Amino acid sequence: MRKTIAFAVLVLALGARLALAGGPHRDAQAQVQFGIDVANKGLWKEALYRWEKAAEIDPKYAAAYNNLAVAYEHEGMFEKARKAYDKALELDPKNVSIRQNYDFFKEINDRASRRTTR
Amino acid sequence: MTARAAAPLASVVAALALATCTSVFEIPLETPIQPKLDTSPFQRVLVAGFIAGGAEDVDANLETVRLLRSQLRTKSSMKVIEADVVPLTEIAAQQPRADADGTASAAQPNAVLPLPTLIKDEKDLDAYDFVFANTNYWKKLGEEFQNPLIVTGTVLFTPHASAGFVQREREVIDQYGRRSVDPVRTYMERKGYILRPKFVFIDGRTGATLYSEVFREEVLYNPNQDTPALSSYFELMDRLIPGFLGTLSSQKIRGTRVLLK
Repeated sequence: MRKTIAFAVLVLALGARLALAGGPHRDAQAQVQFGIDVANKGLWKEALYRWEKAAEIDPKYAAAYNNLAVAYEHEGMFEKARKAYDKALELDPKNVSIRQNYDFFKEINDRASRRTTR
Repeated sequence: MTARAAAPLASVVAALALATCTSVFEIPLETPIQPKLDTSPFQRVLVAGFIAGGAEDVDANLETVRLLRSQLRTKSSMKVIEADVVPLTEIAAQQPRADADGTASAAQPNAVLPLPTLIKDEKDLDAYDFVFANTNYWKKLGEEFQNPLIVTGTVLFTPHASAGFVQREREVIDQYGRRSVDPVRTYMERKGYILRPKFVFIDGRTGATLYSEVFREEVLYNPNQDTPALSSYFELMDRLIPGFLGTLSSQKIRGTRVLLK
């Protein structure tokens, strides 16, 4: 019985992995990875292009939207960053890293738009 | 299932789980904050003077002008005009009260209250607000200095006291000589200062106000601390300066973000 359950878990895990590795998602993953590599070298415009491409290839890829939001932040495009974070959280609402990024972003964005005129 | 058979199976499942997990990369990020004011039409900036009040042991007008000029000299692309500090309070007293469009309302003297000679609080300062709406005065001043961006406003630097519970850390050494720190709540009467400047940015070409912003900072000291008023003034101004500079030039905020794969 235990053997059967363990085998079933293994088959399910393998199936999920294969499904994820298939076609468009794999292409999107490659774009995301390339974007991370170039962002680490300070080439943010190239990274932004790669992550836009990844989100275009796989519109359900939360990581692509998260990274895209970070790149928009770097470029000072706050409205686009907010939309990308919203999309990332919509796709993966329980992701702590996305939530943390979004909280930091909101803090800066609020500071930038604060006006205490009288 | 024997332990021998379970071990490789578990490691395969763990490896698969790891492979399907999202990878996380932390990256430093510099977020640019755009200036609140477009200063591109101006090559020069004149920090004219301020209506100042509050603590008498600090000349808040003179000190604010000096500090802002020195900050702008190093952190702004505009040329800072070195000129005598405008005694704005005295000038205000000589000016007719004007409406927002610059038309004098001196025709109705009964409706105009006298200006407070000693500025103690915000209400006293509010009486001087008409000065910033006097476009004729600012335009004339602008012409004198070749149409710069004019920085002016009000500064209120007032003593402040507050009593309440304060959390402090107390060092404790146990019987074995080990040190630890315990938080202790103590009732304390503390004294300090409140600094409340309002920066007004005026177009020297037209005399019109382009932007204004109010800041507020306060500091409280323990009763045994004797901090001179001027030190407190600079301590509080230090906190405000980034906000002031952020109006005129872009700033970068450093932080980290997480990239996902």
